[in-house]
Amino acid sequence: MNASEELYQEVILDHSRHPRRYGCPLEHTHCAAGKNPLCGDEYQVYLTIDEEGIVRDASFEGAGCAISKASASLMMEQLIGKHEEEIRELFEAFHAMVTDPDAQKKADSLGKLAAFSGIWKYPSRVKCAILCWHAVRNALDGHAVATTEA
Amino acid sequence: MTAPCAILPDVRPQFPCLDQTVHGKRLTYLDSAATALKPTCVIDAVSEHYARESANIHRGVHALSEQATASFENARESVRTHLNAAHAHEIIFTSGTTASINLVAHSFGQLEIGPGDEILISEMEHHSNIVPWQLLRERCGAVLRVAPMNDSGDIDRDAFRAALNDRTRLVAITALSNALGTVNPVAELIKEAHTAGASVLLDAAQALPLQPMDVQALDCDFLAFSGHKLFGPTGIGVLYGKQTLLDAMPPFLGGGDMIVSVTFDQTTYNDLPYKFEAGTPHIAGAIGLGRALTFIRELGYPAIQAHETALLHDALAALQAIDGVHLIGTPAQRRGIISFLVDQIHPHDLGTILDQEGIAIRAGHHCAQPVMAHYKLAATARASFSIYNNQEDIDHLVAGIRRAQEIFK
Repeated sequence: MNASEELYQEVILDHSRHPRRYGCPLEHTHCAAGKNPLCGDEYQVYLTIDEEGIVRDASFEGAGCAISKASASLMMEQLIGKHEEEIRELFEAFHAMVTDPDAQKKADSLGKLAAFSGIWKYPSRVKCAILCWHAVRNALDGHAVATTEA
Repeated sequence: MTAPCAILPDVRPQFPCLDQTVHGKRLTYLDSAATALKPTCVIDAVSEHYARESANIHRGVHALSEQATASFENARESVRTHLNAAHAHEIIFTSGTTASINLVAHSFGQLEIGPGDEILISEMEHHSNIVPWQLLRERCGAVLRVAPMNDSGDIDRDAFRAALNDRTRLVAITALSNALGTVNPVAELIKEAHTAGASVLLDAAQALPLQPMDVQALDCDFLAFSGHKLFGPTGIGVLYGKQTLLDAMPPFLGGGDMIVSVTFDQTTYNDLPYKFEAGTPHIAGAIGLGRALTFIRELGYPAIQAHETALLHDALAALQAIDGVHLIGTPAQRRGIISFLVDQIHPHDLGTILDQEGIAIRAGHHCAQPVMAHYKLAATARASFSIYNNQEDIDHLVAGIRRAQEIFK
C-alpha cells in the first residue's frame, strides 16, 4: 500500500461517497458552521442535546473534499449517546491523533476514526480532517462559525 | 516574409530546483502561476550581491555602497528596457504586484478619485486587484464597477464599454487571468478606457512571464508585476507609472530615501522614483529581478511563446482525452494556465494524490473567488506551464490523474 492508498483507505472513500447522518434535521438544539476559506470547504453541523447533556441526534451537511466529509461522517456516528464532556474529550483525542505522530497509540481507542491516524504526514490536510470537529466544539460552546483561519 | 521559427533551448539544467525527487518521484512542477522556479543566473546574482557588495544604497560614500547602488540602478534599467518605458524613473520598486496596486489605490486614489467617481475592474480579477479598490471605496465613497465575463472566461466587451462613463477615473484589469489563463485584449481595452477619459492600471503579474508588455505601445498609465512569477526573487515587484501621473501623485509611504529634506515643520519629497521608495528596499531582490528579466530577453519572447503554445496545446488535448476531466473556461486566447475538474474527486484530494506522485499543481480558488462563483464552484485544480516544462510533464500529469481516478473509482 503506498502513501495515497494509506490516506484514501476504503473507509474514508466510503464515508466521503456515502456520508452517514447527512442532512439538516427539522429540529436541533445546537448548530454551527465549519469553513475553510483557503479551499472553500463549507459545512453545517447540527446537534440535539437533552437536559442531561447527552447527544440524542447529530447530523451535518455541506461540501468539501473527501477527507473533510469522511471525517465529519465518521465523527457523527460516534457522537450519539455521548455526554458533552465526552465529546470534548473525543475532540482532544482526535486532535492529538491527527497532529502528533507520537499519539498513534491512542488511535486504537478511536475505533474507525483511526483511519485518519496517518494524516499528520500531510500537514496541509490536517485542517480538512479537523474542520467539522471544530464546528461541533463551537456548537457546544454556542459559537456559530468555526473557521480554520481564525 | 515568414519570421524564422524561434526554438527554445532546453533550459531545465539551468533550474536546480528541478534536479530533485519528491516523495521518491521525478518532480513535475506545474505551479508556475503561483511562483516560478529560479534559474542559476538569478540565484547567483542574489548571492553575489550578498557575498560581494552587501551595503545600503543611495547613502554610503564607501565603495561597497556605490557598487550596490550601481547594481540596484542597473536592475531598474533592466526593467525599463523590458517594458520599453520612456524613463527609468518611471520604474518604482515595490514588494510585489499587491503592493504596487495598493500604492496606486492610495496615491492615485487620493489625487484623482472622490465620492461618486468610478473604478472599473473585471469579474476575473485576482483578489489583489479587488480588495484595494474596495478599501478605497470605503475611504472616499467611490463606486466600484465590475465588467462581467462570459462563460468561456472572456470579458464581455459590450458590458465593459457600457460600464465606462464620464465618472470612470480608473480601469484596473488583468492582462492574463490567473484562474483561467484568459489573455485579455488589453490594447483595445486601454483605448476604450482612454476614450472615456479613464486611466488604466494593468495587472501584468501572470502576463509578463509569457508575453512582452510595451508600456508605450500599449499607452497604459500604470503596470504592476511581481518578480517571483518571472523567475526572480519573492518580495520584489514593480509599479510602472507615467511620469506625469507619478509626479502629480502624493507619496504613499513616508520614511527615509523618499525625502530631500526633513524638518518638524515641513518635508520636501524626493524626485521620482525615490518619492515612492521609502525605506531600504529589497536590494538583492531588485538585482535578482533585473537579472531574471535579462534572462527572459536572452531567451526571447518568440521562443518562449512557441514553446508554451505547443505545450499548452498538447496539455489541453491530453486532458480532454481523459474521461471525467472537465476544463473550466474556454477563453478565445489562452496562455500558460489550465483550470480543470475531475469527476468525483475534489481538487484538494487530487492535489494530494498528484503530490504523492511528484506532481505539483494548485488546488483551490486561486485567490479569484468571483471567478469560482461565476462557475458555481468552490475550487478547481490548476496546472500552469512554464519554459522548463516538457512533454514528459504532461505525460506525468495524465498518469497522475489516472492514478487518482483509480484510487477513487
